Amino acid sequence: MSLKRKDLLSLAPLSVDEIGLMLETADSFKEVTGREIKKVPALRGRTVVNLFFEPSTRTRTSFELAAKRLSADVINFSPSSSSIVKGETLLDTARNIEAMQADIIVLRHPSPGAAETLARGVKSSVINAGDGWHEHPTQGLLDLYTIRERGLSFEGLRVAIVGDVAHSRVARSNIHALVKLGAEVRLVGPPTMMPFGVEKLGVRVYYNFDEALRGVQVIMMLRLQLERQGKALFPTIREYARLYGLTSERVRMADPGAIVMHPGPINRGVEIAPEVADSLSSVILDQVANGVAVRMGILYLLSGAN
Amino acid sequence: MAIHITGGHVIDPGRFNNMADVLIDEGRVVAVGPHLTVPAGATKIDAKGKLVLPGFVDLHVHFREPGFEYKESIQSGAAAAVAGGFTSVCCMPNTNPVNDNQAITEFIIDRARAAGLANVFPIGAITKGSEGKELAEIGDLRRAGCVAISDDGKPVMNSLVMRRAMEYALAFDVAVVDHCEDLHLAEGGCMNEGAISTELGLPGMPAAAEDVMVARNVALAELTGARLHLAHISTVGSVRMVREAKSRGLKVTAEACPHHFTITEEVVRGYNTFAKMNPPLRTWKDVQAIKEGLCDGTIDVIATDHAPHATQEKQLGFTEAPFGIVGLETALPLTLALVDEGVLSLESAVDRLSTAPAKVFGLAKGTLAVGADADVAIVAQQEQWEVDPAKFFSKSRNTPFAGWKMKGRVTTTIVGGRVVFETSPAEL
Repeated sequence: MSLKRKDLLSLAPLSVDEIGLMLETADSFKEVTGREIKKVPALRGRTVVNLFFEPSTRTRTSFELAAKRLSADVINFSPSSSSIVKGETLLDTARNIEAMQADIIVLRHPSPGAAETLARGVKSSVINAGDGWHEHPTQGLLDLYTIRERGLSFEGLRVAIVGDVAHSRVARSNIHALVKLGAEVRLVGPPTMMPFGVEKLGVRVYYNFDEALRGVQVIMMLRLQLERQGKALFPTIREYARLYGLTSERVRMADPGAIVMHPGPINRGVEIAPEVADSLSSVILDQVANGVAVRMGILYLLSGAN
Repeated sequence: MAIHITGGHVIDPGRFNNMADVLIDEGRVVAVGPHLTVPAGATKIDAKGKLVLPGFVDLHVHFREPGFEYKESIQSGAAAAVAGGFTSVCCMPNTNPVNDNQAITEFIIDRARAAGLANVFPIGAITKGSEGKELAEIGDLRRAGCVAISDDGKPVMNSLVMRRAMEYALAFDVAVVDHCEDLHLAEGGCMNEGAISTELGLPGMPAAAEDVMVARNVALAELTGARLHLAHISTVGSVRMVREAKSRGLKVTAEACPHHFTITEEVVRGYNTFAKMNPPLRTWKDVQAIKEGLCDGTIDVIATDHAPHATQEKQLGFTEAPFGIVGLETALPLTLALVDEGVLSLESAVDRLSTAPAKVFGLAKGTLAVGADADVAIVAQQEQWEVDPAKFFSKSRNTPFAGWKMKGRVTTTIVGGRVVFETSPAEL
């Protein structure tokens, strides 16, 4: 089976089969990343451009490593975010890159929809590596992969996504995919952090963390953007941590064996207590490791190399 | 030179609605009726099967000159106006520099005269630089020719300043126009806040951001007795509050834009920057409320909020692209669609486009009464055409209606007794 898409822009429109294909493809590359020589020639001669308009270390590095392990040529291009303001359209930047025969463009951009706009304008495949508050599909996929790797099945799986959902692309990608796969998704946070009408996406909203944790098998914490305190979303970090911080006591309220996830980078002592982040239930580092395999799979599927 | 318009269906809202000829001479309407005595040498325009209407009056356009001529000049804007049947337009002061003084007002009027197409009536700023702090010289602006005052696009957030503006305006009997938006509530937003903004991850502007300012402005109009005109209302709440204000006899009028009664926030999907305007496209409930408001007269006026932007600006990402769409060349068919739908009678539709707006700003326009300025739009009501933005007279192409099949087209526009626009026979 092959993927009949030019781009990976969001998880919202994907079918269950397409998600399944992406996870299975990641399986074979996970095996590669465990070898002593962690490299295959699948994308030899192809060019992957990481076009990052926002600072990002881990996502960019993960994509870079994934492309290199597939033997692709990788170029990192990080225009300052001021070039967005300067008025060069995203399309102009991308067409320049395309003129250099890039096969795949990995785009990180602060503007929601940037990847979709770009994909319409270029022949190269486009992977959305995060567009504003919209989606971060490869993060969603690596989260799914990590859940599945722990032997959990999605049908009926109880997942709590905790934090600033309104401003989180990670949350949106996970909500779309998890709901599609049959999971019961609970969103947890203060009402100021819940986007308008989010229930329509098939989730349930909880303001009380303890109540939401009952029977939950996956606790997915979101990073708190500390600078949002000034935007009247929450009064103080102290109160936020008390209401929505994940402590060891709270982990015990969830299903025994529940796993703890976080897209990183973590604010220790704010949304997650250090002892939880470092505990056995934490799969945070597995997420990072799986990210490379999942991205190898996506690059491979979109390249049409199969 | 006299013009004799023959055989058309003449609609002069509230005054006349029948088959008749219209005779124009020396820039004025001379006679309306059957069997007119026509002076020798009069130009005959055959309007058989067509509507003969008082030229439309748009209370809300942005002509971008001075300062942003690459988007639209007064000349190109006026050309777009007459192509859409608008013989009078009122241009908002958010130019660069802002039209907050007599010199800019005079410049606009001079430019419009040089263009010689539509009547262009400047709207002056409420505050200096539209910064919302100190009142502009409203007396001077009025004397120089401004027909209303507004800080459109930059709503006056300080309620005391707005109160003073309304009070001061009373001395000059000039309407105060507000773009109702609480800038704090709408901060950073670029589309209607709702299920679609949630899904697309776009920052939303809640309907409440408009509603709270409508409520404030109505309260201030009641306090001061000023003539308040609400620009481009777009929400269920705004319509309800205007209806209520009118029922209490306040001097409140309101306008709605064709896009707000035709399309919804759904059009934003795909991050379509041609669907980005302020106020944003809302929901079907809001569209319904706007139509009800137009139907029962709560909304007096249809205005375009014609807001040209260059192609490269609308090619930016959705959050960076500027707000606004062009509207002068598509307003008529979108309004006539309301007639087909049964929302408005044909006469009321003409009223909302011509007669009512002239009344709101106190312009001696919008009528075909004998002695009135000969501003006329002749319309082929049933003619079908497809919107091709490349053919617009406007310099800009930013419309969400590209490719739409429209019904109803202006075939001749007359301003001050001169034919300023005619569709070439090849297009008919």
